Amino acid sequence: MGKINCTTVAFRGTPEQEKELREKLQETKKMQGGLMPSLQAAQEIYGYLPVEVQKIVAEELHLSLEEVFGVSTFYAQFSLNPKGETAISVCLGTACYVKGSGDIMARIERELGLTEGTTSADGKYSLSATRCIGCCGLAPVLTVNGEVYGRLVPDDVPKILAKYKNEGGSL
Amino acid sequence: MSTVRLTINGQPCEAEAGMTILDAARSIGIKIPTLCYLREINEIGACRVCVVEVKGARTLVASCVYPVSEGMEVFTNTERVLKSRKMTVELLLSNHDKKCLSCVRSGNCELQELSRQLGCDDQKYKGKVQRFALDASTPYLIRDNNKCILCRRCVAACEKVQGIGVIGANGRGFDTEIGSYFLKNLSEVNCVGCGQCIAVCPTGALREKSEGDEVLRALQNPQKYVVFGTAPSVRVGLGEEFGFADGTDVEGKMVASIRRLGADAVFDVDFAADLTVMEEGYEFLNRLQNEGVLPMMTSCSPAWIKFVEHNYPALIPNLSTCKSPQQMFGATVKTYYAEKTGRKPEDVVVVSVMPCTAKKFEKERKNQAAAGVPDVDYVLTTRELAALLRKQGILFASLPDESFDAPLGISTGAGVLFGVSGGVMEAALRTVSEVIEGKPTPIVFSEVRGTEGIREADFAFAGKKVKVAVASSLSKAKILCEEIKNGNSRYAFIEIMSCPGGCVNGGGQPIKTADERNFGSFVVDRTESVLKNDERSTLRKSHENPVVQELYASYFGSPNSEKAHEVLHTTYEQRPKY
Repeated sequence: MGKINCTTVAFRGTPEQEKELREKLQETKKMQGGLMPSLQAAQEIYGYLPVEVQKIVAEELHLSLEEVFGVSTFYAQFSLNPKGETAISVCLGTACYVKGSGDIMARIERELGLTEGTTSADGKYSLSATRCIGCCGLAPVLTVNGEVYGRLVPDDVPKILAKYKNEGGSL
Repeated sequence: MSTVRLTINGQPCEAEAGMTILDAARSIGIKIPTLCYLREINEIGACRVCVVEVKGARTLVASCVYPVSEGMEVFTNTERVLKSRKMTVELLLSNHDKKCLSCVRSGNCELQELSRQLGCDDQKYKGKVQRFALDASTPYLIRDNNKCILCRRCVAACEKVQGIGVIGANGRGFDTEIGSYFLKNLSEVNCVGCGQCIAVCPTGALREKSEGDEVLRALQNPQKYVVFGTAPSVRVGLGEEFGFADGTDVEGKMVASIRRLGADAVFDVDFAADLTVMEEGYEFLNRLQNEGVLPMMTSCSPAWIKFVEHNYPALIPNLSTCKSPQQMFGATVKTYYAEKTGRKPEDVVVVSVMPCTAKKFEKERKNQAAAGVPDVDYVLTTRELAALLRKQGILFASLPDESFDAPLGISTGAGVLFGVSGGVMEAALRTVSEVIEGKPTPIVFSEVRGTEGIREADFAFAGKKVKVAVASSLSKAKILCEEIKNGNSRYAFIEIMSCPGGCVNGGGQPIKTADERNFGSFVVDRTESVLKNDERSTLRKSHENPVVQELYASYFGSPNSEKAHEVLHTTYEQRPKY
């Protein structure tokens, strides 16, 4: 987990999303310890928890914004960054790690100019670490939009990225 | 309440059911060390320094939160307990920036003291050490998380005492860091600068931004005429830095010590408090008689002002337009006094000594420059003045008692009352009632005195019934603000002090340990000392201050005159909520 990464991606929330969130919060705010379910509902709706969303939660629950932020950064289930159009996850579970997934991660970070846990400002790429995804035989592995790539060496990274670059037509 | 019987270290002890082991032990003269615990606001049992052994319990228990029970056998000092405490502190030290020799808190650091008492080895555990950037973004505070031990006492002061909650624990585990939402600096959030976080910090992680060096430079510059002014509550706090009992009034030695620093004049901000009473009193009368915005709220406490600007901008018209005594003092020095003594305002340096960190922010606000230059140049907290005196080799305790310089050192008992919660109200009532009724009125308005909760009182002025309220701490202020916002406030005049108990307990006053906060009475001691200072004053009503009278006669004309507005009043601005 480690460092907290606030997003640089512009907020694209819609009035419909806000309406839905505020309605949900009317229920969750009545619950004891209602902040967790409130944040879960918010992440369900927006996919992540940017400042704009956390302010709504703080306002509805009459909490300080810092209290909301503190909880959102304590639990690994909450993300401050949206998933990118191309969402890359590198397994840092034990098997993958001893097989060199740390180097894979470093290579992707360098290639994309992103750090683990962040999303590029244009929203195209996101990079996250994941724990074991259950295919240790293929270690080290990464997934891109759910597709699994295994038995990797750092030099495989540019090839994989190129595939999505062409598909996405940007970077 | 039922009583339970237990033993602590073999000693019989009777305690109320529900009482903590910590308090029960204390009641029979046994001190258990604590670190994170602050009574009522931070009872989280997190740091594990206060652990004790309870016979039959599986593990050591945190005595600050563990309740006593019938027949309990407690041991506070067994080898197992001491070993555990020692390891806890050694682990804290392993990730602590141990620059004790150059730390502002060396000598009054609770971590240092515990380490010494427990015989810790500060190099026992060697592992990863966190490195954090300093937050020096505000004019009043420096946060150095390299010295933070995550006790959360600052978080509790901000959230529970002040109701602001601008800081908290972000992240988790080893990466946890105290900071603000979305990792913003303190200058970018709705921090009000009260400094209560500094006051409760056990280490050097939080400190005021010092202006001591700048003041020394000004004192040594022959071109500058350096004027000091001291706030009412500094005189009842400063002595604690030099071994005097809590709340000792050291006014005479304080004046003598500042004179020995090399100040050209030592004046009293109490005088400006008298001036504030005149301006604010007349402003209130004017609002009362001409259907102005009510309730009128006092404007002496700069953290309170900033609180309103961030959180209740719609209530800005309720704030008195009077500058605070600090700013009235500086403004008067640089206009009236500079003119009278034939000096250019830019050659006069005003140093104010305050129990407050927010005053450092206040002096940089807009519309605080009556003579075209800032009203106040430097603000020293009580702690900074003490540090400066030590640095300059001034033996405080051995100094004679000396008096303030004339003319701006002359003040009344009403002025000194500004240092305690209810004091501004009482000072104003002494003058307002007398001015309206046209005959001598009582001196003491005990209804508004005290430190607890929200106090209210009823008065009749010129046939009108008026209800006033007094509150200290911003969590209490919030309650009164909500009432006004919702249209159900019953008050005409409200006094707010940001810090609990008023300026005597300000964020710039001498540091008190958690033990003194949990078991001591320093706020009461300082308060009583202020009240005694008032009692022994010859003049106890602001309008009787001869210098104030002369100021109006020869300079301002009358309270709230155009000239007075130009020099002694200010404006406020809306600030973002987040």
